[in-house]
Parts: sequence; structure tokens; C-alpha cells
Amino acid sequence: MTLALETTDLKVQLRLDGDWLTLCDLSRLLPGRGVAALLPDGRQAALFRDRAGELYAVDNRDPFAGAAVLSRGLLGTHRGRPYVASPLLKQRFDLLDGRCLDDETVRVRTYEVRAA
Amino acid sequence: MSATPEATPTIVLVGHGMVGQRFLEALAERGLTATHRVVVLCEEPRPAYDRVALTSYFSGRTPEELSVTDPEFITTHGIELYVGDPAVTVDRVAREVTARSGRVFGYDTLVLATGSYPFVPPVPNKDAEGCFVYRTIEDLLAIEEYARTRATTGAVVGGGLLGLEAAGALKGLGLTAHIVEFAPRLMPVQVDEGGGAALLRTIEGMGLSVHTGVGTQEIVVDASGAVTGMKLSDGSELATDLVVFSAGVRPRDQLARDCGLTVGERGGIAVDEQCRTVADPHVFAIGECALAADGRVYGLVAPGYDQAETAAATIAADEASFTGADLSTKLKLLGVDVASFGDAHGTTGDCLDVVYSDSRAGLYKKLVIGRDGTLLGGILVGDAEAYGTLRALTGSVPPVAPESLVLPAGAGAGAEGLGPAALPDDAIICSCNNVRKGTIREAVSEHRCTTVPEVKKCTKAGTTCGSCVKVLGQLVAAELEASGVEVDKGLCGCFSQTREELYEIVLALRITTYQDLLDRYGREEARGTDGCEVCKPAVGSIIASLAPVIGASGYVLDGEQAALQDSNDHFLANLQKNGSYSVVPRIPGGEITPEKLIVIGEIARDFGLYTKITGGQRIDLFGARVEQLPLIWTRLVDAGFESGHAYGKALRTVKSCVGSTWCRYGVQDSVRMAIDLELRYRGLRSPHKLKSAVSGCARECAEAQSKDFGVIATAGGWNLYVGGNGGATPRHADLLAQDLSDTELVRLIDRFLMFYIRTADRLERTSAWLERLPGGLDHVREVVVEDSLGICAELESLMAAHVAHYRDEWAETINDPEKLARFVSFVNAPDTPDPVVGFVPERDQIKPDLPLLAIGHRPLEGSAQR
Ligand code: SRM
Ligand SMILES: Cc1cc2nc3c(=O)[nH]c(=O)nc-3n(C[C@H](O)[C@H](O)[C@H](O)COP(=O)(O)OP(=O)(O)OC[C@H]3O[C@@H](n4cnc5c(N)ncnc54)[C@H](O)[C@@H]3O)c2cc1C
Ligand code: SF4
Ligand code: FES
Repeated sequence: MTLALETTDLKVQLRLDGDWLTLCDLSRLLPGRGVAALLPDGRQAALFRDRAGELYAVDNRDPFAGAAVLSRGLLGTHRGRPYVASPLLKQRFDLLDGRCLDDETVRVRTYEVRAA
Repeated sequence: MSATPEATPTIVLVGHGMVGQRFLEALAERGLTATHRVVVLCEEPRPAYDRVALTSYFSGRTPEELSVTDPEFITTHGIELYVGDPAVTVDRVAREVTARSGRVFGYDTLVLATGSYPFVPPVPNKDAEGCFVYRTIEDLLAIEEYARTRATTGAVVGGGLLGLEAAGALKGLGLTAHIVEFAPRLMPVQVDEGGGAALLRTIEGMGLSVHTGVGTQEIVVDASGAVTGMKLSDGSELATDLVVFSAGVRPRDQLARDCGLTVGERGGIAVDEQCRTVADPHVFAIGECALAADGRVYGLVAPGYDQAETAAATIAADEASFTGADLSTKLKLLGVDVASFGDAHGTTGDCLDVVYSDSRAGLYKKLVIGRDGTLLGGILVGDAEAYGTLRALTGSVPPVAPESLVLPAGAGAGAEGLGPAALPDDAIICSCNNVRKGTIREAVSEHRCTTVPEVKKCTKAGTTCGSCVKVLGQLVAAELEASGVEVDKGLCGCFSQTREELYEIVLALRITTYQDLLDRYGREEARGTDGCEVCKPAVGSIIASLAPVIGASGYVLDGEQAALQDSNDHFLANLQKNGSYSVVPRIPGGEITPEKLIVIGEIARDFGLYTKITGGQRIDLFGARVEQLPLIWTRLVDAGFESGHAYGKALRTVKSCVGSTWCRYGVQDSVRMAIDLELRYRGLRSPHKLKSAVSGCARECAEAQSKDFGVIATAGGWNLYVGGNGGATPRHADLLAQDLSDTELVRLIDRFLMFYIRTADRLERTSAWLERLPGGLDHVREVVVEDSLGICAELESLMAAHVAHYRDEWAETINDPEKLARFVSFVNAPDTPDPVVGFVPERDQIKPDLPLLAIGHRPLEGSAQR
């Protein structure tokens, strides 16, 4: 089966310093996976969409390994909350508050995102 | 500082080693740290660490990781710990201890836990440069430094437990290592003559030189005073750059002697059953410095822990005594299991020995049995699997014949078969921490521990030498099952089924999507969710391997399947530590034309990639940025290369030797067979990676017996071996069938692989699967050779479908613009390379710029923004 991706012209936007920054078409986000986006200040954000269509964004950098790869991890659900598992050493990060589920002292930044 | 520290009673502990630390914990558990001022004088430059695991420093454990002192524990309990400040005098009349720094502490109770010092025989030049002992982290740091800069050969004086450990460490440091032991055998204290002989063969087989029955007479030095060799008692001289003395330990009782406490004839501070010194009720001695009431000085940590508990209990005015301890030990020395327990040397009158020995395999097992059948003790060399069970049975009449306990597995109901279920509740499972079976069962049934780590935390069992952890695991599982807690064998938190059950569901119901499977067959709470990173790739793999049969797309990046793949499969390349990728084109059988080699070289040069010949007979190109992958593959595909699936749980390589075409010994064309097999099974998704090799004759240059399926040519055809493994737990493959024709060989491999794919667990290599499967190899032979289940036709047709539908993933990907859109650095800036992916030069090529990864680090952001 092939999933029919929505072909609306909705855009993914991320909130930065009070403004909404347009990053890409919603159709670029495959449910369950992410993409990386470059922010004007040089940071990187990892954007995700879950199977229910919700959007999330966290800092792209894996705080354990240092590489900017969180956008390449797999999404999952833990106790009803969405998370991404790093593709490097598999630590999981809550997508709502950025907390690492496997090491409570570590947290990644989260961003507000929307489809508009 | 409080005004009158004298107001609260003071306990001064001298020596912060393993036993000292345990004593502090025992004080805290009894609430004594709240009612007493506790002062600790620690001589070493660091608080207590795991001396038992000292040697693991050489396998990468850092001094910090070796620590057994939680700084929080020290502060929470208000303990005053003076690191690097030893006690120098004790005034028992004034009840004062003076430390090297000049600090003076009054005490109500003094506890000496000063441990031992290594005994160095008084041979000439024993203090020369290059002579060391093996006791502290500082000793190891010094040995490491000297070995690295100034030595190529090292000798250890003493072939006991520590000597062997030290010799193994020297070998690990790259030195040629010798062991010199005065006694006629290795480990004279723990093992008898037969055990020593088995140990000797194995240790010599590892390339260590053993000299038994000779003593060290003199250390030979050069003009600068550095070691160059040693003179031995048989008149010979051994050339060596470094010497480690490991000739036993002596109690550190000098402080006690100086203040007039009673010490034993051969050393050790004399104490009573409460660990109080016999001369002074205000002073205790525990651990290796103490001469216990039974007249022994114990050189093991477990008795020291008991003494620590006893002393703390006595100070708290509780009943406790230490009357002696079991000297059972199990060690893994240089990878050889050695265990002795109970009355290992058969000193009890009228006892009998049961001995099993196989000198070729380096096995020696002896049980000492009393007249009435009671198991009194034993020695195991080479295979100590049964140690946990046997030690716990010591002192009782075993429920099965003693012979069956030492025979190798498979030759009868061995002790492994007997299992810990047969043990009585008062059997000691963990001798380091004196934990009985009943206590472990209670931890599960009453304290609701459901995992081994929880039980460890709750009972302390398994937290010291670790030799009991295996039995612990079996007990916990048995107890959980017995108490009705269903041991969850499900794949993950989303599915209660095993991988095998999910495979059957997907096949029978022709389910083609993960979401469908999750929503219909997942656990209640997981339905409708996003699942997890464990089951997604596992289900993705099942769907991919059944794709042609169930009508799913065979292309792993199609539709939903793309979302299920592990990151590597998603980008069809292997992620490296800095976020770049490696590229591995398939080189079937390891055979490659000069033209293709040139193409690989040109591509690597043009993209600046690091190239390396892999352990799988092909070439890996490292350092590709995600956006470069399609460009690199376009060129590779043009030159006739295909994906090597180095990223997938799939067939990796079929290695070959050059075989009968060139080799004077070859009896079949191993290269052609390897290529045929690699092309047949390429792209096949399986529970774990699959590796193979084909050798042209029994000399086995392709190492086929270390592969999941290995083929060795015979004069009459091919022998097929299965279940081999390299990696962390190597296993030689088992012979499945002999003298097969080409067609028979391929048919049998088809069946074998499909049966494995169908029934194995996630990430279970064929070796582990074969070991787990009830009936093992025999069962596999019945199913795939004799077709006992009548499924061979189905297995063959599943494989035929795979072969017919194989397409190269990379060729498909570079021809699909929609898929290519994923290979960008940034969705909003596809032409900007990821600035974190940087490289620096190394040996004329590149390597990841690791400092760059580290500076990318930013402090944690304040609060969540969402
Ligand atoms: C590249 C290579 C090392 C090299 O430079 O030579 C390599 C590299 C990796 N190996 Fe290997 N292994 C390589 C040959 C081997 C071999 C030798 C062989 O195949 O003959 C073995 C032992 C044989 C065996 O597997 O039985 C081997 C046993 C492992 C294991 C342990 C497997 C086990 O059953 O214990 C792992 C870990 C795992 O798979 O869980 C592993 C995992 C890995 C991973 C995937 C680790 C990772 O996740 O990053 C490495 C990534 C490869 C990459 O980025 O391209 N690699 N690895 C070799 C690639 C061979 C190839 O051409 O495909
Ligand atoms: C390499 C190695 C491997 C071992 N393997 C095992 C094993 O597998 N199983 C096992 O049971 N045992 C093993 N042992 C033995 C085990 O480590 C000891 O039995 C245990 O450490 C004894 O603890 P302790 O606290 O009595 O002495 P220690 O750990 O030696 O601690 C005594 C401490 O007191 C300090 N000290 C001495 N005098 C003073 C002073 N005047 N003032 C202040 N501090 C002082 C010393 O510096 C030392 O730090 C091994 C030992 C070594 C070296
Ligand atoms: S395995 Fe036999 S045929 Fe192959 S290269 Fe070695 S000796 Fe020659
Ligand atoms: S026997 Fe050593 S930790 Fe249990």
C-alpha cells in the first residue's frame, strides 16, 4: 500500500523570537519521520510529523554524540507521548518537552511549529 | 565547625578500601552516621574503588568508573573523608589518631581497615627501575606508562590468581609475557595438580610462557639501573624489561604493632568474633589486615564485607559475629574459567573424588564427595558454567548422581540441566554478599522486583564479582513465572507477540502495513499510536522479506515502509559518528575487475572519501554527506555496482578463497560458488545480518566455519555448515550436510535461511537461534533436510519469490525524484552542507573532525517552549 500524502499547499512554520518562519511544504514530512531545517541563527531544527498529523520540532543536535542527526531518527509513542529515538545510540527524546527519556539530566530544546 | 565535637561519640576509620567503604555503608544503614561523628583517613589519592575489578582498567574502565564511593553518600551522611592523608600514629591511652598532615582526631571507636601490601621477595635489585607491584590504580598507571615507553617483554613473579591477571594485562599491553612460579603448578592455592595442568596447557596456548618450579634469585639491571632480566633458581636467565611482583600479600599491621596491639605470628591484627581487637575493646580491625577469630587472614573481599557488617553491628550493640568464611572463588583469568569451592583439596577424612578431564579441550573438573554422598567441594577449570549451582549445593547431597554434574553438557543431565530450581532456600547464591536463594525469591515475591537489576539493588546479590548473575537471572525468571507473573516474551511494549508469531500473522493474513498490524494485533494501549523504534524496523523487515508473497512493495523506501526503516536503511547507507555516511558497493565473492577498482578509486578521490578494505572482502568509502549519496551512487550504478546492503539486516558478503582455479590445493571453484550465492541471496531481509563464505578445500582460507552459512569444497561436492558467528561471541558452525551437489547445496541453503527468517527473534543471529531452538541442530536437520514439518516446498517457493523479485535499491532510488528529495542536508536549504560534518587529515586521507562535534554543544535550554 502507498500512503497518499496530503497534497494541500500547507506550509510548515516554526516560531522563532515571536515570528513564524516558513520552512517547507507540509508534504515534505512523511508521517513517522523527520527532516532537518537550518535556522537563521545557524542552529538546526528537526521537524517531525506523527501518524495523527501532529507536528513537532526539536533541536537537531544529538546531545550525546554531538552530530546533527535527530531528524533522522524514528518516532514512537511512550506512555501516550511522542518521542524520537536518535539514530546514533538510540536515546529517546520526548518531542513535547525535549527531555531525554533515558537520562533525566539531558534535554534538547523544543520549538513551536504549525501547519499554515 | 561545631563547638564541641567531643560531645558526639567519634568513630575513626583508618583505610578507605573496599571493606572500609562497606563498613561506612553498614554504619549508615544502622543509623550510626546520624548519632556519631565519622572520620575516614584514606591513604590513596582517591576514595575507595573496586580493587577486584582493577584489571578492567586495561580493558577501558576508567579510574572514575572503578570507584565504589558515591560522593553523595559521603556528604549526605556527614562523613569527614580525608583523601591522601594516612594515619601515622595511634595513641591508645589518649585515644587519638594522628594523620600525616598533622591533623589529630580523638576517637571513641577506632576501626582499622588498612588492607594488605604486596609481598616482594628480598632478591637483589628488587627495587630497580622497571620493577612493579600490582595492587592500586597508581601501580597500574605506572606499569602502563613503562610498558608503553620502555618495554617489549615483561615477567610476572608468582603464578597465583593475581599473577595470572597481571600477566594477562602485560600481554594486553603488547608485551611478550612470562610467568615464573615457585610451586610446581599454577594457582597452587586454588587448584590441584590436574587442574593446574589443564590451566597450564590453555595459558601456554595463548602465547604466555610459564616457568613453574623455579624461583627468582636476582633481578639483573643495566648500567643505568633499569631491569634487563632475572636470574632463576635453575641457573637460567630470563631476559625481560619489566618485572611485576605478585608473590602474595601481607597484612598491613604496622600501625597496630606500633601502638602495641596484638598481631599474629605471621601477621594480621588479632580480633575476636566481633572483630574487636583482643588487646583493646575500643579498636576494631576488618578486612585483609585482620587475623580473624578462626586464626585466618582472609584475602578475599567477601569475608571482609562480613567483617565490616559484624563490626558495624557490634558498634550498634547488635548481635553479630564473624567465625569464618567460605573461600569459594570463580574467576575468568585470561578468558579461562577457574573455580574452586568448599573443600576443594579434599582434606575432609574419607572423601572421594569424581574427576572429569579432557586435556585437549583444557577441561578439568573435580568434585569432592563425602562418604554419605554430601558434596563437599570441587575444582572447575576451563568450564565453570555449573559453579553457581554446585557452590550452592555444597554441604548437601545433590539430587542427581555426582558424575552427571561434571560431565560436559549434552552427555547427561548436567548441573546446568539441574538448574537453580533444585536448590534449597538456604543455599547461598551470591557468596560475595552472602545472599541466600530464599532472599532472592522474597525480593521477587514480596518486594515486587521484576528484573535482575532491581533484585541486585534490593539484595546486593551480584553486585561484586558478578559470577552469580547468571544463576540470579534464572532464579528471578523462575520465581516470576511461579508467582503467576507472566514473563513477557513480547517483541516490545507495542506487541505481546514474538517476532516469529508476528511473521506468521503477516504471512497468513497478508498484512502489508505496520499500522494495520499495530492497530489490529498490537497491545491495547499501543493501538493507534506511533509504535516504537524496536517494532517498526522488525515489522518492516518481516514485510520486506515476505513482500512478493503478501503483495507488498519489495522496495524498502516505498510508502509507509520508508517510515519504518532504521535510519541506515532509510538512507541506504551507514551513519557514522559525525552524521556523515559510508558507502559499500557489493563486490560479490570479493572478486573485482581492475576497471571497477579504478571507478571506486576515482569516485573516492572526486568526493574526498576515506577508503578502507573491510573485513568482509570489499571496499568501504567513508565520509559522504547525505546530499552526496545520490551523486556517488549514480556513478557507481553507471559502472555496474549495486547496493552492498552494509546498512541492512540482510545478506552482507559471501567471502571466497581463490579456489581450484588458481590454488594448487583447491578441489572446487569456490569463487564461482561464492558469487552465485551472493547474487542469489542479495537483498534478502532477515532478523539479523547474514554472512557466508566458500572455501575451496579443507584448509578453509575463507573461514566458512565462522559464518551463518559456510560452504567448504570436498572432492565429492560441498559441505554445508550453519550457525557460525564471529563477533563478540564467536561460534564455530555445525556441519549440516555433506558432499552436496550444486543444486542440493542451494536448495538446502534456501530452506535453511527461510526457516531461520521465519522463526528467529529480532536481532538473533543464526548462532544464537540454533542454540535457543529446542532440539538445536538436529531439529533444524529434521525440518530442512528431512522435511519433518512438510514445509520445505513453501520455504523454497518463498525464496524463489525473493530471487525473482530482487531489484537494486540504489538503482531504483536514483531514478525516483520523489525519493531523491529526501537526500538533502536541510529541507529549507538543500545546497548548504551540514556545518557540523567536518573532516581533518589523517595518514593522507580524512577523518571526522571530532572536536567540532564537541563544540557544537550548548548548555541546556531553560524551559520548554511548547
Ligand atoms: C566496515 C566493517 C569493518 C571494517 O572496516 O572492516 C564493519 C563495520 C561495522 N560493523 Fe562489523 N564490520 C565489518 C566486518 C565484520 C566482520 C567480519 C566479516 O564479516 O567477515 C564481523 C565478524 C563476523 C560476524 O559478523 O560473525 C563483524 C562483526 C560485527 C558485529 C558483531 C556481530 C555479532 O554477531 O556479534 C557488529 C554488531 C552487530 O551487528 O550487532 C558489527 C557492526 C558493525 C557496524 C555496522 C557498527 C555500526 O553500527 O556502526 C559497523 C558499520 C559499518 C559501516 O559504517 O560501514 N560488526 N563485522 C566490516 C564490513 C564488512 C563488509 O564488507 O560488509
Ligand atoms: C588485582 C586484584 C584482583 C583481585 N581479585 C579478587 C577477586 O576476584 N575476588 C576477591 O574476593 N578478592 C580479590 N582481590 C582481593 C581484594 O581486592 C581484597 O580482598 C580487598 O580489596 C580487601 O579490602 P580491604 O578494604 O581490606 O583492603 P584494601 O582494599 O587494600 O584497602 C585498604 C586501604 O587502606 C589504605 N591504608 C593502609 N594503611 C593506611 C593508613 N595508615 N592510613 C590510611 N589508609 C591506609 C590502603 O592504602 C588501602 O587503600 C583482588 C585484589 C587485587 C589487587
Ligand atoms: S581454502 Fe584451499 S583452495 Fe582455498 S585458497 Fe585455501 S588452500 Fe587454496
Ligand atoms: S558471588 Fe560475587 S557478586 Fe555474587
